Amino acid sequence: MSAPIQLPKWAETVLVPAISVAAAFLIAGLVVLSIGENPLTATRYLLQGSLGTGEGLGFTLFYATDFIFVGLAVAVAYHAGLFNIGGEGQATLAGLGIALALNNLAFLPGFLLIPVGILSAAAFGAAWAAVPGYLQAKRGSHIVITTIMFNWLASVLIVYLLVNVLREPQSMNPETPSFPETSHIPFMHEAFAWFGITIPSSQLNLTLVLALLSAYLVWLLIYRSRLGYAIRVVGSNPTAAVYAGISPARIIIIAMMLSGALAGGLAVNELMGYQHRLLLEFTSGYGFVGIAVALMGRAHPVGIILASLLFGILYQGGAELAFEQPNITRDMVVVIGGIIILFAGALDGLFRRLVAQLFTRQKLAGA
Amino acid sequence: MSPAIELIAINKSFGAVHANKDVNLIVERGAIHGIVGENGAGKSTLMSILYGFYEADSGEIRVNGAPIRIRSSNDAIAAGIGMVHQHFMLVEPLTVVENVMLGAEGGAMLRAGEAKVRKELARLAQDYGLDIDADAIVGELSVGLQQRIEILKALYRGADILILDEPTAVLTPAEADALFELLRSLKEQGKTVILITHKLREIMAVTDRVSVMRRGEMVSTVETANTSPPELAEAMVGRRVLLRVEKTEKAPGAPVLEIRNLSVVDTRGVLRVADVSFTVHAGEIVGIAGVAGNGQSELLETIAGMRQPSVGSIRFEGRDIPSSRHNPHRMRELGLLHVPEDRLRTGLVPAFPAFESAILGFSHEPQLGPGPLLDHDRLVADLAKTMEQYDVRPPAPRLKTSNFSGGNQQKIVLAREIERNPKVLLVGQPTRGVDIGAIEFIHRRLIALRDAGVGILLVSVELDEIMHLSDRILTMCGARITGERRAAETNEQDLGLLMAGVTDEAA
Repeated sequence: MSAPIQLPKWAETVLVPAISVAAAFLIAGLVVLSIGENPLTATRYLLQGSLGTGEGLGFTLFYATDFIFVGLAVAVAYHAGLFNIGGEGQATLAGLGIALALNNLAFLPGFLLIPVGILSAAAFGAAWAAVPGYLQAKRGSHIVITTIMFNWLASVLIVYLLVNVLREPQSMNPETPSFPETSHIPFMHEAFAWFGITIPSSQLNLTLVLALLSAYLVWLLIYRSRLGYAIRVVGSNPTAAVYAGISPARIIIIAMMLSGALAGGLAVNELMGYQHRLLLEFTSGYGFVGIAVALMGRAHPVGIILASLLFGILYQGGAELAFEQPNITRDMVVVIGGIIILFAGALDGLFRRLVAQLFTRQKLAGA
Repeated sequence: MSPAIELIAINKSFGAVHANKDVNLIVERGAIHGIVGENGAGKSTLMSILYGFYEADSGEIRVNGAPIRIRSSNDAIAAGIGMVHQHFMLVEPLTVVENVMLGAEGGAMLRAGEAKVRKELARLAQDYGLDIDADAIVGELSVGLQQRIEILKALYRGADILILDEPTAVLTPAEADALFELLRSLKEQGKTVILITHKLREIMAVTDRVSVMRRGEMVSTVETANTSPPELAEAMVGRRVLLRVEKTEKAPGAPVLEIRNLSVVDTRGVLRVADVSFTVHAGEIVGIAGVAGNGQSELLETIAGMRQPSVGSIRFEGRDIPSSRHNPHRMRELGLLHVPEDRLRTGLVPAFPAFESAILGFSHEPQLGPGPLLDHDRLVADLAKTMEQYDVRPPAPRLKTSNFSGGNQQKIVLAREIERNPKVLLVGQPTRGVDIGAIEFIHRRLIALRDAGVGILLVSVELDEIMHLSDRILTMCGARITGERRAAETNEQDLGLLMAGVTDEAA
C-alpha cells in the first residue's frame, strides 16, 4: 500500500495520457526500427496520411466518428459498474435494424426516413444489450461473458439472414439491396457544397455531428441528470444504491440499453453514411476499439473524443503507412495500436505514479 | 536507555492543509502510550508517517535512538514497527497460518514457511496468551479474534513497537477488555505500544502516558495517572466539553412507529430478527442496546425498507405499511428517515463530491433541478449552507466525500436526514469513529429533534451512548428482544445481563 495519488486536474486529464501516448510511440518506434525501417519516416507517413491532406483528414474523422459512438457506449455501461464487451454485436444488430427500417419504409420522405433509420438502429442495439443486462440484473450472469456470447450470436444471425433472407435474389453477395437514396446521410463534402465551400471528398458524413451531439448528451446524462446520478451510485456503491431506494437491477438494464443504443451509432455511420447497404462484418472489430477508447478517455466524453481522434489517426495513418512502406504491414500497424492501448489503458497507473512523485518532489522543493 | 521512538519537528502538508505542525513525540520503551485527538487532528497522519505510508515534509524520526528514514512500510517493519489498522488487512477465505505468512512466505514453496509460522504461533501463544486455532478460516472468526491475527502478524514480523489505530471501534466491551489484557502482557514482555483512540475511558484504563493532538499540533503529553477525562477532552477540543448532554424529562406523544411480531430471514436463510415487537412514540428516543451482530442492523434495514420482513407488520402513524409499498423510497416519502450504521458502505458514496453524497436517497426531489437534471450550483450552495450550520470541516462542498474525516462525514449524513424534517428517524451507530467534539454536537441534535416531537429509534453498540440519550431501552440478543427498561431505572450491569440473553423470565 502507498499514499493515495492526488493530481491536479490538468495533469490527470492531459499530462498523464500524453505521456502514455509518447511512451507508446517510443516503443512502437523501436519495433519499427527492429524491422529495419526508419521510425521517423514512418511517423511522418502516419501523420501525413491521417492529417496532412484534406482527404486523409476526412477518413481520420470518419473513423473517429465510429470510435466516439462505441467509446461512449462502453463508458455509459462502465459508469454503472458494467464492462460491456458487446459493442460489436450491438452494432451488428443495429445494422439489421437500419436495413429493415430503410428498405421497408422507403416510401417515407428523407427527413423522416433518416431519423427513423437512426432510431431503429438505437432500438435494435438497445434490445440486443438489454438481454445480457437483464441476465446480469436478475440472474447474476456475468455481463462480460454474456456480451461476448451475444457478439457471436449476432455474427451468425446476420450471416444467416443475409444469406437466406435479406439477400437480393439475383446477387451472389451476402448483402441487402441498396438503401433508398433519400435515406443516405449526406457526406461532409456534399454538406459543405450546399454553402458553396469545396472540401476534398471522403467517407466523412454528417454522422460526425450526431456523434459530437451524443457525446454532449452523454455528459449531460452522466454528470448532470438524476438518472446519471443513479447510474453512478449503482456503479460506485451498490449498497448505498439500495439504501437510497435506487434499484440496481433496473439501473443495470437501463444503462445497458443506453450503451447498446450508442453502439448502434457505429452502424449509422458505416451503413447510412457510407456503405448504404447492410453487409457482413461492417463493424470490423471497432466495437472492441471502443473499450480502449473509453479506457484511455477515462470514461469521460471529452476524453473519449480525444482518444477517438487518436485512434482515427492510427487507423487512417496506419493504412497509408502500410501502403507507402510495404515492410510495415497492416498487421504491424495493429501491433502499434496494441502498444498504444497497452500504455494508455493498462499501464496508465505507471505514469500516474511517476507524475505524482514528480509533483510531490516539486512541492517539497518549493516548500 | 534511549526512548523507543522519537519524532522531532515533524511537518506534513496536503495541499493547503497543514496536517502536522512541528510535532514532537517521545515514546518510552516498554510503555503503553496513548494518542488522542479529534478527527482531523493529525493522529493518523503522524502514524502514517511513522509507518511509511507518507513521508514527512521535514523532521526527524529516531527509533531506539538511531535516526532512520522510513519510506515504505517495509522500512518500518525492518525497524521493528508494526501496525494494526482499524480496518483489518486480512484475506478472509484463507486460514490463520496463511494470513500470518502472507508477504513473508520465505520462498517459492510454502511448506518451510508454514512450518516456521506454526512454530512461531505456538511460541507467541505461550508468551502472550495469544491462543488461536492456526487452521481456522479467518472469515469465520469473530472480529476480536481477527484483530488478534493482525497483532500476531505484526509480532511475527518482529515488531517491537506496535501501533494500534482505533482498535476497539469494532469490538464488544468484553473483547475490548481482552485486548487490553493482551496489551498489558505485551508491555510486560518489553514491547512498546502506541494506542490511537477517541475513547478517553480506554486511555485512562490502559495507558501509561498520553499525548493530545489538536489541529495538527501536539498540545500536551502527560502521565495518565495525573490527568482526568474532562481535562483530556478540554485539551483535545480546546474548550470545555460536556461528556454528557443534558436532557429534560418529557412525556412522549402518540405512537408513530409500531412494530408487531417482525421476523427477518437473510439471503442465506438465517433468522436475523425473531418475533420483535415494540413501539416508538413521538418525542421519544428508544435505544436498542446489544452486542454487534445480534440483529440490530437487520432490524433497522428492514424498517427502512431495505429488506423485506418474512413475517410481521410495520405501522407508521397508525397506518399499516403494505409490503408492496415497503421500500426505502416510500418510507422516505412518509417521513421515516434513516441514518445508516455504516456511512461509507451505505450512507455515502465515497468517490462522489460531498454535494452529490448529500442528496443520496433524495435525488428525485423536484426542487433539486429542472426536470430530469440536477442543478449542481444549487446543490453546492445548499450544502455550503448546511455545512456552516453543522460545522462541517473543511466547509468544501466539492471536496470528495472520502476526504472528509469520519465525524464530518457523519455530520453530512445527519444533516441530510435531519434537514428533511423526519417524523421518525432511525439512527445506527451515530458516533462510531467520531471525535468527542462532534459527539457532543450529534447528541445535542438528536435530543433537539426528540424535543421537537420526532420519534427516534437509536441503535448503538456504545452502552454509554444508549444510556445517555434514550428514554426507553430495549436489549437485543440472538435476534430477539430480551428486555425493556426505562433509562432512568437501569444501570450498566442490568443491561449487560439482558444483552447477554439473561432475560427477566429466566432470572
